[in-house]
Amino acid sequence: MALELTAARPDPALLDLPWRIPLEEWPEDLLAALPRGISRHVVRFVRLSGRVLAIKEIKDDIARREYEMLRNLRRLALPAVEPFAVVSGRVGTDGEPLDACLVTRHLQFSLPYRALYSQSLRKGTATRLIDALAVLLVRLHLTGFWWGDVSLSNTLFRRDAGSFAAYLVDAETGELRSRLSDGQREHDLEIARVNIAGELMDLDAGGLLQEERDPIAISERIVTRYRELWAELTGSELIDDTERWRVDDRIRRLNKLGFDVDELEIMTDVDGASLRIQPKVVDSGHHSRRLLRLTGLDVRENQARRLLNDLEVFSAATDRQGEDEEIVAHDWLAKVYEPVTRGVPRELLAKLEPAEVFHEVLEHRWYLAERAQHDIPITDALADYVAKVLPKKPDERSVLGVDTEELPVVADTGP
Amino acid sequence: MHRVRREHHLYNGSSGTFLPVKEGNDAMATVKFDEATRIYPGGETPAVDSLDIDIADGEFLVLVGPSGCGKSTSLRMLAGLEEVNGGKIWIGDRDVTDLSPKDRDVAMVFQNYALYPHMSVADNMGFALKIAGVDKSEIRKRVEEAANILDLTQYLERKPKALSGGQRQRVAMGRAIVRSPQVFLMDEPLSNLDAKLRVQTRTQIASLQRRLGVTTVYVTHDQVEAMTMGDRIALLKDGILQQCATPREMYDKPANLFVAGFIGSPAMNLVAVPATSDGAKFGNHTVKIPREGGAGGSHVVVGVRPEDVELTTNNDGLELTVDVIEELGADAYIYGTPTDSKITLEGGDDNLAKPFIARVDGRKVPEKGSTVYVYPKGEHLHVFDKDSGQRL
Repeated sequence: MALELTAARPDPALLDLPWRIPLEEWPEDLLAALPRGISRHVVRFVRLSGRVLAIKEIKDDIARREYEMLRNLRRLALPAVEPFAVVSGRVGTDGEPLDACLVTRHLQFSLPYRALYSQSLRKGTATRLIDALAVLLVRLHLTGFWWGDVSLSNTLFRRDAGSFAAYLVDAETGELRSRLSDGQREHDLEIARVNIAGELMDLDAGGLLQEERDPIAISERIVTRYRELWAELTGSELIDDTERWRVDDRIRRLNKLGFDVDELEIMTDVDGASLRIQPKVVDSGHHSRRLLRLTGLDVRENQARRLLNDLEVFSAATDRQGEDEEIVAHDWLAKVYEPVTRGVPRELLAKLEPAEVFHEVLEHRWYLAERAQHDIPITDALADYVAKVLPKKPDERSVLGVDTEELPVVADTGP
Repeated sequence: MHRVRREHHLYNGSSGTFLPVKEGNDAMATVKFDEATRIYPGGETPAVDSLDIDIADGEFLVLVGPSGCGKSTSLRMLAGLEEVNGGKIWIGDRDVTDLSPKDRDVAMVFQNYALYPHMSVADNMGFALKIAGVDKSEIRKRVEEAANILDLTQYLERKPKALSGGQRQRVAMGRAIVRSPQVFLMDEPLSNLDAKLRVQTRTQIASLQRRLGVTTVYVTHDQVEAMTMGDRIALLKDGILQQCATPREMYDKPANLFVAGFIGSPAMNLVAVPATSDGAKFGNHTVKIPREGGAGGSHVVVGVRPEDVELTTNNDGLELTVDVIEELGADAYIYGTPTDSKITLEGGDDNLAKPFIARVDGRKVPEKGSTVYVYPKGEHLHVFDKDSGQRL
């Protein structure tokens, strides 16, 4: 059988990889990181044409299914890793057929939760990770995606202005439906709760859980956060006909959570004395879309919120609140944002993404100002941050390995 | 038969949920699909159409069929993950049709079998009970019982890294067993394992189920898996139950053409032949068929398994040209094409021409390219109505 490559934009260099060798035995000099991670399949990271690819060895039909599923999720603008190719028809050097490989692109600046726990952590990291996962799960469920295997290990995290944004990594068990039943959503939530508890208990057993909180208590947060968010995004609300401002209030609340309302159903009661309102279609990315429109910057939701706040401050401080906001935004970009992000020396660029650096510099300025008891110019804050804070941070552009043993489940060799 | 002891509480779990339910767990865990129907929104035909199956306490029932036949949907209806639009589902004497997954006391097995490297084997098996708030001594007891059944007792304090692949697989099973649910549900649990581990695990699951005696519903698309594991098999196609019977009965008395073609490997030869008042004409060989068979039309479909084929060279039977020979040592399979191009073989999902397959004595194998004659041996034939596909 001939080697078969399925990809939207195939990179011929992909054909040069040693597909006739089982993934587990690929030579180390090819690998971008030493093999690690907790996975039921063999997974390896390789560097190819200047990018890092994750390669997972699985059965042909499952690889194709997951490739298509990841493509669909990306089409639906859901946060998931980007599928790159499926390589099938592999034959080993001994003539025996080998499993197919699913190739995905490594998500730059993403962090596996175990890598986060191997750094010294800010307090509350576990809860911030779970909050991010709750947002991801709600977004997936709103779109009709039934995950089936929700866990911290099947998720990657990117920094998002002090909190995290979560991305789906493993869609192997997932299904897309037009709508999920309550039973299906509850099923995912229970899987999430048990997996998270297990993952945190494992960190605890490995001496990596620095926080004193109980893994079980932390794991329960996925359920409460999910339910709160789901209720706010989909729940119906009865308001008095005299309180129509509450319609606007509901929309504002959703915006604050980072969602736009694309469709809101308003129904009057028989007597017309009250209204029932219910969001029907909500779309995440309220702040990031607005920032993109104003500045062309494509950043995550909380980063966008932070940047928009700073833009507001700039607009007020320069007394230009009545002006066309796009023009003000353009000035802010040129005078505030870019000088900060361009002020990071080249050798420190792999530490954090520009928008996250900007967020951190704002935080640092606040900290300096509080200590000095007067305002600090952003240029001074930047200089201090670049000299004292940023160099101590780990490079996070390509964090691939995590500090655990790999546990593939394989057949017994021997009798 | 050994059962995991069930004390005081009953913890249930759809994928790791453990909520106490009121019934004692010694209640009979029969399962009944009672005209259960699922229609997807916007769908014209039901994904599962009036499914009727009675599953006995402790039985291992396999739902099998090609993709899209409704087998997974049926399982999920039982688990509470798929709405039931008509009919009912019972577990024991409880109508669970509208109960949430948590309240059904069923456990989906193997959805996720990640093992945690820093935790001992005992903790890997029992951690979900801890989440459910089961007290320590009870967890320990259940873990020890499960370990005993799974042959893992001496490994309980080790880390999973120290175990072989097969042992890790058993730890994962232990995670499900300690929940002691009324019913185990398994949806293609072996689908992402490599071939060797699949066979090992298949045997393990089947023997474990028998030792535990817990009612189990198992979904697979693989008829070999179904035949080797199930007490009974329910074969579905297009949402409709085709036959529910023991593996032996499915093999010996398939209810219709679809069942006949699906069960058995290599598949049964199904040939449409003319029916006369004497019987069906298999080439120039007349085989007796049930009398009522002739009434439907001038043709019937005669089915004969490869091992039930009589092979002659004396112009008696259906004439074949031998295309391929597969030597198996004691036996050989020959793959032939009827010389009369008007005669084609039925069955299969594709439109490709199917060969006629016969198992022959390994010492008397005809040559490739030669002409042979075949007809069904003695009683071992199956006759189906050509139009309805029903067994006659």
